[in-house]
Amino acid sequence: MAEALKVPTMAEYMAEGKKPEVLFWVGCAGSFDDRAKKITKAFVKLLHEAGVDFAVLGTEESCTGDPAKRSGNEFLFQMQAATNIEVLNGYEIEKVVTACPHCFNTIKNEYPALGGNYEVMHHTQFLKALLNEGKLKVEGGKFKGKRITFHDPCYLGRANGEYEAPRDLLRKLEVELVEMRKCKSNGLCCGAGGGQMFKEPEPGNKDVNIERTEQAMEVKPEVIAAGCPFCNTMMTDGVKGKNKEDSVEVMDVAELIANAHDL
Amino acid sequence: MQIISQVLFLVALTVGIGFFVRNIRRLLRNIKLGKEIDRNDNKGERFAKMARIAFGQSKMVKKPVSGFLHVIVYVGFVIINIEVLEIIIDGLFGTHRVLSFMGGFYDVLIASFEVLALLVLIGVIVFWIRRNILNIYRFLSRELKGWPKNDANYILYFEMVLMVLFLVMNATDYQLQLNGAPHYASEAGITGSFPISQFLLPVFDGMSNATLIIIERAAWWLHILGILFFLNYLYYSKHLHILLAFPNVYFSKLQPQGEMNNLQSVTDEVKLMMDPDADPFAAPAEEEEGAEPDKFGASDVFDLNQVQLLNSYTCTECGRCTAECPANQTGKKLSPRKIMMDTRDRLEEVGEIINTKGKYEDNGKQLLDDFILREELWACTTCNACVEACPVGIDPLSIILDMRRYLVMEESAAPNELAIAMTNIENNGAPWPYNQQDRLNWAKEN
Repeated sequence: MAEALKVPTMAEYMAEGKKPEVLFWVGCAGSFDDRAKKITKAFVKLLHEAGVDFAVLGTEESCTGDPAKRSGNEFLFQMQAATNIEVLNGYEIEKVVTACPHCFNTIKNEYPALGGNYEVMHHTQFLKALLNEGKLKVEGGKFKGKRITFHDPCYLGRANGEYEAPRDLLRKLEVELVEMRKCKSNGLCCGAGGGQMFKEPEPGNKDVNIERTEQAMEVKPEVIAAGCPFCNTMMTDGVKGKNKEDSVEVMDVAELIANAHDL
Repeated sequence: MQIISQVLFLVALTVGIGFFVRNIRRLLRNIKLGKEIDRNDNKGERFAKMARIAFGQSKMVKKPVSGFLHVIVYVGFVIINIEVLEIIIDGLFGTHRVLSFMGGFYDVLIASFEVLALLVLIGVIVFWIRRNILNIYRFLSRELKGWPKNDANYILYFEMVLMVLFLVMNATDYQLQLNGAPHYASEAGITGSFPISQFLLPVFDGMSNATLIIIERAAWWLHILGILFFLNYLYYSKHLHILLAFPNVYFSKLQPQGEMNNLQSVTDEVKLMMDPDADPFAAPAEEEEGAEPDKFGASDVFDLNQVQLLNSYTCTECGRCTAECPANQTGKKLSPRKIMMDTRDRLEEVGEIINTKGKYEDNGKQLLDDFILREELWACTTCNACVEACPVGIDPLSIILDMRRYLVMEESAAPNELAIAMTNIENNGAPWPYNQQDRLNWAKEN
């Protein structure tokens, strides 16, 4: 693909005196992590395909403060929240969609008490809504009949009770959806939450992502589907650790849909 | 003779209940050492949650084997306690099976008590086997060594003995009724129905009425004294959940599990920092006489809130949290159950100092380091699996987070890599050292 993606920013919209329908909150991983950037781009392609009027904050976006808060740095979290809320409210944002469950949880649940009230959706929820409205077509394509298991991100599943949106999308892809022993409300963490992504684990006998990858391998999937950039990294590392990267792919739900459409 | 036993019964009952009331008052006093937290909102939703999770045992049955057995013991406990009411009236007034005026319904009641007693006995025996013979992960943790393991077994033995006494009491009573013994037999025929204890009759075959009465009375007395003792053992054991599960679920968090509270003291500071009209030279507001400045996070039980302390008393050390914990499953020191046990142990230690000295005097210990290790706190992924797993709505994660807050905001003691990530967030708005101005570069890359 030679053509660069068209990604409008809020500042550009503002300059034209317009307001987009929804703000796409990209998040730090989605902006900087090489693997996660692919998810970001896949999601943007789907937004374009569905004709969604969206914009990003671009250089005006900053960390939501989730890793700081969960590491105990409430001060830094609230500083981040205060500046982000100021930017979001300045643009009169009403609706936010993000591909990161940590950003999703923080903006949805923890910003309101600090003055940030928005309708916040995870990208799988948003895609499902587009599907229901008939704006996006999700169908089989190259993943039809493939054996796929979905790893529940803690901050989408247990933390916010959303288990079905990503699964509904996968079912639409006509894949063979298989569940791990530990799934939905009993799902095992990938090991990245609570700031663990940014530090070495405490001494133990195994890494959490290896344990989770083993659970995924039990159901012999061709693809492990994820809905979180951090889970994606952890599961990808786990699959590599098991030397299975040639036979098992780790992909975000948005990537699966975009790939099925050959976007 | 009869009057003496009635007086003795009254004394036993008064002592037993009096002691229990004293312990409950101590428990409430200790819980009130924590910070106040308002959980009196949404009463309807709270009642519904309590009905579903505590009364309805909805989370217990997520594990089918232990869940099913627990429901039996729970139902048995609740139903058989109707019998205790009769025992108390009989004991105080010297009557025999005072509730038998209910006729056929009484027979149904006694019969169901007997069936439940047998089921409870079987359930408790299976529990004992699970704890002591089968190698079940959550019963093998290091925090269960010693007293907690013995405590759990004592409770099981107690329940076994109580059930056997109940059945022996009924069997001898039945035999005495069959023999037409005075006080026991009634002109209306047999009172009560004994579908289980009738099978014990051969054991008492050929015994004289006098011997039978001794056995019946002994079983009756030991049964009720055992219950009074058990009532008071609760406070010293892990078993308070039979009472506290209900308020504990009622006061549990209703927000999504992922939502963690925003500290108001921090919000105030941040607002002040970001207020362009704030007077940088303003004198700090007058503190109340002797008031201590707010501490960030928790290093001891006094810094936790009252619901967190209630959580610690409610925990019955079942370990479902620990079994689901990703850190624990991969060999890290963290065990959410231990977080709750440590909190309670420290709270009890503080309570004991207050009992003997009238008020808390520093004994050189605190919850952090002396009970809960930093290594445990930093192993948590905040995944909420422990919170989800708890059948009685305990939130170990909230304690872990409050203690992390203390470590980071009061001691600047975050692990080095985390400190670096936080510095990055502070300086360039991302946990990695990338420039915020590069945040949209992905859109230009192919």
